[in-house]
Amino acid sequence: MNNDNKTARADTEALVSIRDLHFSRGSNSIFNGLDFDIPRGGVTTIMGPSGTGKTTLLKMIGAQLKPRRGTIEVDGQNVHKLRRKPLYALRQRMGMLFQSGALLTDLTVFENVAFPLREHTDMPDSLIRHLVLMRLHAVGLRGARDLKPAQLSGGMARRVALARALVLDPMMIMYDEPFTGQDPISMGVLIELIASVNQALNLTSIIVSHDLQEAMSISSHVVIISNGKVVEAGSPAQLRASDSEWVQQFLQGNPDGPVPFQYQAPDYASDLFGDRPR
Amino acid sequence: MNAIFDWLQNFGQFWLNMLEKFGRSHLFLGRMLIGSLGFFRRFGLYVRQLHAAGVLTLSIVLVSGLFVGMVLALQGYNTLVGFGAEESLGVVVALTLVRELGPVVAGLLFAGRAGSAMTAEIGLMKATEQIAGLEMMAVDPFQRVYAPRFIAGFIALPCLAAMFSAIGVLGGYLVGVEVLGVDSGAFWSQMQASVDFVDDVVNGLIKAVVFGFVVSWIAIFEGADCIPTSEGVSRATTRTVVYSSLAILGLDFLLTAVMFNV
Ligand SMILES: Nc1ncnc2c1ncn2[C@@H]1O[C@H](COP(=O)(O)OP(=O)(O)OP(=O)(O)O)[C@@H](O)[C@H]1O
Ligand SMILES: [Mg+2]
Repeated sequence: MNNDNKTARADTEALVSIRDLHFSRGSNSIFNGLDFDIPRGGVTTIMGPSGTGKTTLLKMIGAQLKPRRGTIEVDGQNVHKLRRKPLYALRQRMGMLFQSGALLTDLTVFENVAFPLREHTDMPDSLIRHLVLMRLHAVGLRGARDLKPAQLSGGMARRVALARALVLDPMMIMYDEPFTGQDPISMGVLIELIASVNQALNLTSIIVSHDLQEAMSISSHVVIISNGKVVEAGSPAQLRASDSEWVQQFLQGNPDGPVPFQYQAPDYASDLFGDRPR
Repeated sequence: MNAIFDWLQNFGQFWLNMLEKFGRSHLFLGRMLIGSLGFFRRFGLYVRQLHAAGVLTLSIVLVSGLFVGMVLALQGYNTLVGFGAEESLGVVVALTLVRELGPVVAGLLFAGRAGSAMTAEIGLMKATEQIAGLEMMAVDPFQRVYAPRFIAGFIALPCLAAMFSAIGVLGGYLVGVEVLGVDSGAFWSQMQASVDFVDDVVNGLIKAVVFGFVVSWIAIFEGADCIPTSEGVSRATTRTVVYSSLAILGLDFLLTAVMFNV
């Protein structure tokens, strides 16, 4: 928590600021008092053990889920207080790459990427074609424009979704695990792409990823969350130098240490041999 | 004692949940109607949905209509001939179809063929995060996904019911006149004299409009409200068919009571 406050003060211009966020799914509390800032411009990586609620957090930033308590401000606006019109206007400036891609299955790859343009602009077809082909070329899928989403592999679908998220030139993009399912070459290209797009368009990128080295290599800021709280936040160098046992275990991937691998469960032995079978 | 309290609690919870869902479905309907104001901007989508809901259901409706008409002629003839009134066969067949069987059977077929497809499609869109994706792209799913399907279903069913009745009459003619030998002139002229346009045809169409409205509403709401897993989608699809069929039969009784007996 101390760490977190330090970084919050250091970056006066936060694009996203999360304050005292509480959220639970049924009896399972997911965030209890999450507090951090995402600086404007630059790449922020959010890491944490599987199931800590990283995807949930991105959905909350996009105002698809409401917190039980606490606020999320994006560009100075409390997203959960906005009415529909201004919320939709804000969302046009936030791209989101879903873990599954979330392409519209009734449209071709080309039409999927063109979709936000057709919905939100009055561009002529020739210009749309230009923009779409440029984006598809950037993700290496210009030749796949006539395929349907069902004909794509998981990694390809995610790259098309990336092209779609970029097509409206948003002010920020949230990537939910963009590197999963990519071969080493497309992975390299993707990292390059995310970094260069971030530079060229002066975006703010938020990446949720488990690919430590890759994510750390392009990010300017890293936030690690676990058990509904921020464990550590700072630059990649600060994190590597952290003396927290927890952070070291997480970064090195050791099975033993303070980070639990198990979903919360009763004691193993009593679960196996106990007298209360369930 | 505890068991009774538990039971009471579950019972109350069940009805509270039902009531809550009922309320939610009305809010949903309202937003869907507002969403359909985008009709002209998204004309192509509406046409595509009309094709999916209407044209693709047409073949099953036509085949069923033909057989229902033929059966009506067989049954009607056997009864009427006992009174020497087989000339009235055309009236019997036409009135039964136009007033009752056209809207009801076409509605049931529509719920089974198009309604279940709508629920499954929307449920899968939800499960694969397409709906959430639309929202994040600042596109209202009510305008893009729900309203076009709703309006399409609502337009398609009256047309299907009319075609069901028309081909049913043709089936009745084939069996009654061509096979059983009822006089062709009497068959048509008695039908023309006894079937009233407003009382029978229009009332039958009103039924079909109501059924189309309710079935599409149920189908789309169940899809959008389902638990986004394969099991959730399959349950929602089943619920669509069950609720739609019950709604059609129940409403048919109410509408008949209001239209034909007051
Ligand atoms: N629809 C839901 N209903 C109930 N619980 C849910 C639901 N979605 C997620 N959860 C719970 O919320 C927690 C966080 O889920 P989330 O998908 O945000 O995790 P994550 O950090 O993105 O994990 P991963 O890295 O594996 O993608 C999980 O423990 C999960 O059990
Ligand atoms: Mg996730």
